[in-house]
Amino acid sequence: MAYAASATARPPLLDRERTRNAAASVGLFLAVLIALWALWEGFKAFGESTGLRLGQFEANDRTMPHIHDIVSTLFEPSRRNGPLLIDVLWDAALFTAKEAAVGFTLGALIGFVLGALLAHFVLLQRGFLPYIVASQTIPILAVAPMVVVWVNPRLPPGLKDWGAVAVISAYLTFFPVAINTLRGLTSVDPRALELMRSYAAGSWKVLWKLRVPAALPFIFAALKIAAPASVVGAIIGELPASIQNGLGGAILNFNQYYVTAPTRLWATNLIAALLGISFFLVVLLAERLAVRRAPEHVA
Amino acid sequence: MSEQAVVSLRNVTKSFGAGGVTELQSIDLDVRPGEFVSLIGPSGCGKSTLLRVVGDLVEPSSGEVIVNGKSARQARRDRDYGIVFQDAVLYDWRTVEKNIALPLELLGWDKGRQTERVRELLELVELQGFGSHRPWQLSGGMQQRVSIARALSFAPALLLMDEPFGALDEMTRERLNSELLRIWQASGSTVIFVTHSISEAVFLSTRTVVMSRRPGRIAAIVDVDLAQPRNADTREEPRFFELVTEVRDRLREGGLDEESTAPGEGELVVSEETP
Repeated sequence: MAYAASATARPPLLDRERTRNAAASVGLFLAVLIALWALWEGFKAFGESTGLRLGQFEANDRTMPHIHDIVSTLFEPSRRNGPLLIDVLWDAALFTAKEAAVGFTLGALIGFVLGALLAHFVLLQRGFLPYIVASQTIPILAVAPMVVVWVNPRLPPGLKDWGAVAVISAYLTFFPVAINTLRGLTSVDPRALELMRSYAAGSWKVLWKLRVPAALPFIFAALKIAAPASVVGAIIGELPASIQNGLGGAILNFNQYYVTAPTRLWATNLIAALLGISFFLVVLLAERLAVRRAPEHVA
Repeated sequence: MSEQAVVSLRNVTKSFGAGGVTELQSIDLDVRPGEFVSLIGPSGCGKSTLLRVVGDLVEPSSGEVIVNGKSARQARRDRDYGIVFQDAVLYDWRTVEKNIALPLELLGWDKGRQTERVRELLELVELQGFGSHRPWQLSGGMQQRVSIARALSFAPALLLMDEPFGALDEMTRERLNSELLRIWQASGSTVIFVTHSISEAVFLSTRTVVMSRRPGRIAAIVDVDLAQPRNADTREEPRFFELVTEVRDRLREGGLDEESTAPGEGELVVSEETP
């Protein structure tokens, strides 16, 4: 923690500096984006002109569509006389986002409570931790159909199908949160605990006034891993649940037409990636607001 | 005894493990209300452990610890003491104000009363205007003043201080020494102060308890009869130097027999049982 070591007062950043920092990060983001685009198009052009093959892989418009083709597909009809692809994918992304958001929230809550229980009861930790780890070694594709079979019949009509997908998403979310909560709650400065003991604070007070605030950087590190993972969980969960309205359904659908229209699958992947990134950014924003620690504690 | 002791230790011993190292041996000490008692000794003599025994943060192996007329455990549960560690141990997710208010929150004070008390304390430790700063924006000396304000927040009768200025530079330390004396006189509390600085012990205390090397025992108790209130000039007085020399001599005697338990050593023990 930031005790005597950090002795000098730090002046706050000037507005001008802050603007410059923001401009620099936007510039860097664009530079990397352009570099990646150039790498993709360069490799494709090089492969096409030389006819060079990497094993079975041959660069052409089917394996590597132009980036601008992928983007422009979004603004073309998804089928003859149908709505634009971007509208179809937007609706699908919203549907998947709902599943993932519920799954993420559920998983984060379960993960936190589990981590707190394991931190509090050492015996529980010794007994259950191996099984919690084992739960993550089972492939999600193997678990997903079972969850659908078990959970779906018990769900009220409003939650049917997509509720089961949220549970699958929660299955991917809870694990990093549980592990990092456990780690964060148990790695509190012993002197800070001694101080609480001198105030005769009960363990509930110690949890909320000391352990949880001290563990927040750990918990947010886990949430940042879990947020995109919850989107992946939702997309995968849609497959055994035979849900057509989400991004999982869209991926399955466009996969069948890949040979004739490869850009549609690529465009779907792009939207799925953007959804995962926006989940990540929401957590990042929440972290900025919630974690007010000395600079060395902010990941 | 005319006044009841704030802290009373009887034959307190602390050893670690079965037949392990004895850290404290047969400690007898009474601290009277309003006293400023320093514990001084070589590192590893158990002075910090002794302070933690008083605060019920470490349990003694045997002996009796009475704080404010009750067991050390009960005294801790009744929040009879405030403690200051070598590091400020501030919670860096809280502002300075919120750090000072932490014990008050735990005691369930209402918000208005907390704010009022924190304002008083910021004034007492001369940190007005720093209330909404974060701990890491303050210097080491300022952080330690916040820590002292936090310990004083609920006006405990007893203040336990474990080398609070040990990590600070000499200049800051001397300034905070004077401040601490002012605060002590203003608050009227009793202080037990662990240090390894002889001049600090003499300057601050009304009595200095000299401890011997492990196993920690009380080698001598030196009454510090310097006039109050003390200030920078006190450090220039001949009596100050005499007392520093006396404490140094006692430390030397206590530290000489590192391993042995020479029979002559017992003569140095000044018992506090019969005032």
